Amino acid sequence: MTRAAFLVLLALAAPTAAQTPAAPPKIELRYTQFTLPNGLRVILHEDHSVPMVSVNMWYHVGSARELPRRTGFAHLFEHLMFMGSGHVKPGEFDEWLEASGGDNNGSTENDRTNYWITVPANSLELALFLESDRMGYLLDSMTPKTVDAQRDVVKNERRQSYENRPYGMAEILIGEMLYPESHPYHWPVIGYMDDLTAASYDDVVAFFKKYYGPSNASLVVAGDLEGGAARALIEKYFGDVKPAEAPDPMTIPGVALKGVQKKTITDRVQLPRLYLAWLTPRHFSPGDAALDVVADILAGGKNSRLFKRLVYDMQIAQDVSASQGSQALSSSFQIVATPQPGHTVAELQKVIDEEIRRLQHEPPTSHELERSVNQIESSFYNRMERVGGFGGKADQLNAYYTATGDPDWFNEDLARYRALSVGDISATAWQFLPLDRRVELIVEPDQSKKP
Amino acid sequence: MSEFGVGVRCRSSVSEFDSLMKTAFLVLAPALFAMTLTAQQAPDRSRPPQPGPPPALHLPSIQKLKLSNGLPVWIVELHEVPVAQVNLVVFSGTANDPPGKYGAASLAAAMLEEGAGSRSALQIADAVDYLGADLGTATTSDLSAIRLHVPVARLADALPIMADVALRPTFPKDELERQRQQRLTGLLQGRDDPPTISSVAFSRILYGKGHRYGTPQMGTAETIKTFTSDDLRGFYTAAFRPGNAVLLAVGDITAAQAMPLFEKSFGAWKGAAAGAPETLPAAAEPPARTVYLIDKPGAAQSQIRIGRVGVPRSTADFFPIQVLNTILGGSFSSRLNNNLREVHGYTYGAASSFDMRAGAGPFSASAGVQTDKTSDALKEFFIELNAILKPVPADELARAKNYVALRFPGAFETTSDISRRLEDALVYKLPDDYFAKYVQNIQAVTAADVQRVAQKYVTPDHVAVVVVGDQKVIEPGIRALNLGPVTVMTIDEVFGPKP
Repeated sequence: MTRAAFLVLLALAAPTAAQTPAAPPKIELRYTQFTLPNGLRVILHEDHSVPMVSVNMWYHVGSARELPRRTGFAHLFEHLMFMGSGHVKPGEFDEWLEASGGDNNGSTENDRTNYWITVPANSLELALFLESDRMGYLLDSMTPKTVDAQRDVVKNERRQSYENRPYGMAEILIGEMLYPESHPYHWPVIGYMDDLTAASYDDVVAFFKKYYGPSNASLVVAGDLEGGAARALIEKYFGDVKPAEAPDPMTIPGVALKGVQKKTITDRVQLPRLYLAWLTPRHFSPGDAALDVVADILAGGKNSRLFKRLVYDMQIAQDVSASQGSQALSSSFQIVATPQPGHTVAELQKVIDEEIRRLQHEPPTSHELERSVNQIESSFYNRMERVGGFGGKADQLNAYYTATGDPDWFNEDLARYRALSVGDISATAWQFLPLDRRVELIVEPDQSKKP
Repeated sequence: MSEFGVGVRCRSSVSEFDSLMKTAFLVLAPALFAMTLTAQQAPDRSRPPQPGPPPALHLPSIQKLKLSNGLPVWIVELHEVPVAQVNLVVFSGTANDPPGKYGAASLAAAMLEEGAGSRSALQIADAVDYLGADLGTATTSDLSAIRLHVPVARLADALPIMADVALRPTFPKDELERQRQQRLTGLLQGRDDPPTISSVAFSRILYGKGHRYGTPQMGTAETIKTFTSDDLRGFYTAAFRPGNAVLLAVGDITAAQAMPLFEKSFGAWKGAAAGAPETLPAAAEPPARTVYLIDKPGAAQSQIRIGRVGVPRSTADFFPIQVLNTILGGSFSSRLNNNLREVHGYTYGAASSFDMRAGAGPFSASAGVQTDKTSDALKEFFIELNAILKPVPADELARAKNYVALRFPGAFETTSDISRRLEDALVYKLPDDYFAKYVQNIQAVTAADVQRVAQKYVTPDHVAVVVVGDQKVIEPGIRALNLGPVTVMTIDEVFGPKP
């Protein structure tokens, strides 16, 4: 624990001096780690609080690896991973898991694709059988018809989550405006409709062979398990998966915005909305943690500077949010605000820029910094409560392992926040949130289609 | 912030957990790996591995205590993570809104954090945030709740703030005006979102204007404009009293540590005498099938919602309905999702649900489908709604029962999970052995039970069919299906005039 954090705790303890609260215990996740001969890296973590076990697989490939004219492919491929494999007929993956009381899902981002299965502890073997079968034998049952079926589903996912959702196209546009066409974050993970149409069975075969080998994946098995028995089952089921050459590592292309990228689009919405976005440091690199705190100080909670001015005092905004979206190759910082009826995005932008400038020129109060760090510290404990699913302990171990090589990087991560000074916050806002190099996207109501 | 969840595109948005499912404490026998396995042993992939022995039931005790003022306190110890969840549950919700004042309960709860004791809204938020705590208020049809989640080391500092919010709200006028404007603008924005439009329209069609379930929890622009601080204080005073509430605490605490803290914060609370409980009028019987079409020009998908008034939480058919819904649209392999998504590719996900409350809540089947397949999708919906009236094959029945029963323990994993299960048990007066008998009650459901409840509640000829989509494209195909009379509704008819 760092000295700064100790001071924070003393400050908290002061009002109740009669009983000194214990310092929050160190976060520690015990795990064991081994690598199979075929290159699959495995992490085991025991947690017996409920009799469930979670199998969490990360493939180190996402939309950033997609080829020209094939955007959205990594995610379409993810859908195909649930359609059966060499020893599992279409439909059986879900039917067998449901019959055992299990749940499962998967997700795709720019840099990784993850899959999880959570089952009662007595069905761990079934989960490992299914997870290993699709790693070893996916193509044995893949057909062009399977690809067609999920192509239609994914197109409907795009319609539901983007085209038919209020302001849904803004997120896609921001990526296109932040990154040049040559950068793999330029195109959306969900992909473009024409590219989804063009995706072929041959693409599936090539992608699987290149990116879905055991040495390009990491497996976390966590929950109510006994380490030795779990390891034996993992060796049994993944041992016959053939090795494959690992893909070359991604190079990290440098990017920078030149000037202000401005655009206005229309949508079928009642109110306009303002999006401001900057290119910021990649995850876990200098500046990344400070930008989380900048986001908090600007728009986290009622006392944050933008919320207090725009929503609370002036009452010219319905909402305002700020976030550092941390990713492996590059991050982006976004501020999003919606004006109240009768007010404009220009009014909001004026106040937002004033507050960014103020934070750049004078450090925040120590109270603002501590409030943010205390909330971040609590979030680390809250993240310990669930083992499986998206964001559960198994998923976090895999995320840290992927990013840092150390699955139990919780304390190191938290230490990044505890080490921050108020001077770091203003310096970071100055360095990474220039008002003259950013994206400014405005969504205006489409008057012709306004119901 | 952290990368978890950034840009996630799941393969499915079908609910991973049916919120209606009530769950039990259940602990499996230690996982048995009887065989010693070696790395050299090749797996037998000719058939799926069979599960180990069935789980044994284990119910951790709920400590049921009382403060000096009679306020009941339920404590569950859970020592894995140094956090605590403390919920004050009040047995009055939006169903208790007075006629003409729909939205009072919801706004009263929201106002609790906007000024309490000697603290202003900003002071409350600052104190809570500085402690790294989460404090929130919530309302459903049948309860109001104040929920605190906090690192256990800061519980003693957070409870007095929670107690101010719960016991000493001040309902400041300027905060009420802010809340009012936020809600009116929120309602305005609801018109943009097809799932919101279809859900609001569906409730209004099923229950009408006169029944509380026919209007959103938040109320309408008309009612929101009328509320005064006195209206909200009136609702608060009638609802928030020790005789109408329970304090729930789950986490890394013991009763010996926590009870003095609870006594200090809540023990002096005195409330008004009990008011008369509200009773909801019975909802109308489902009329003959009618289609309601709401225009959303240019929509890429049509939002379909089909259903009728269903059952109250107290229904004797609860367990057969869990199994029925799992088969129809409550799991990934369910008939609706399999047909509309996996076989036809019309949608990203189709689902069904029975929303159970103190009164009979709605049964609905729904999906967002691509615009040019709207009538094809409707046809498939009705194929499945009719097919479920016939006997369900044995393997499908067994799979559904196991799905509901075996994942039971997963719903009790976190402090928040457990507190919600206890809230349900309290609000709906579930029997003491409800959790203990849950699995056996599910496993006892027969194919005949499923068929009986399907015929009783699914009734494909007596449902409302709501479609929100691009009218000029979808209307001809919908009319050609001859499902019944087609009524075209405007968004103003759904939401009332624009605020």
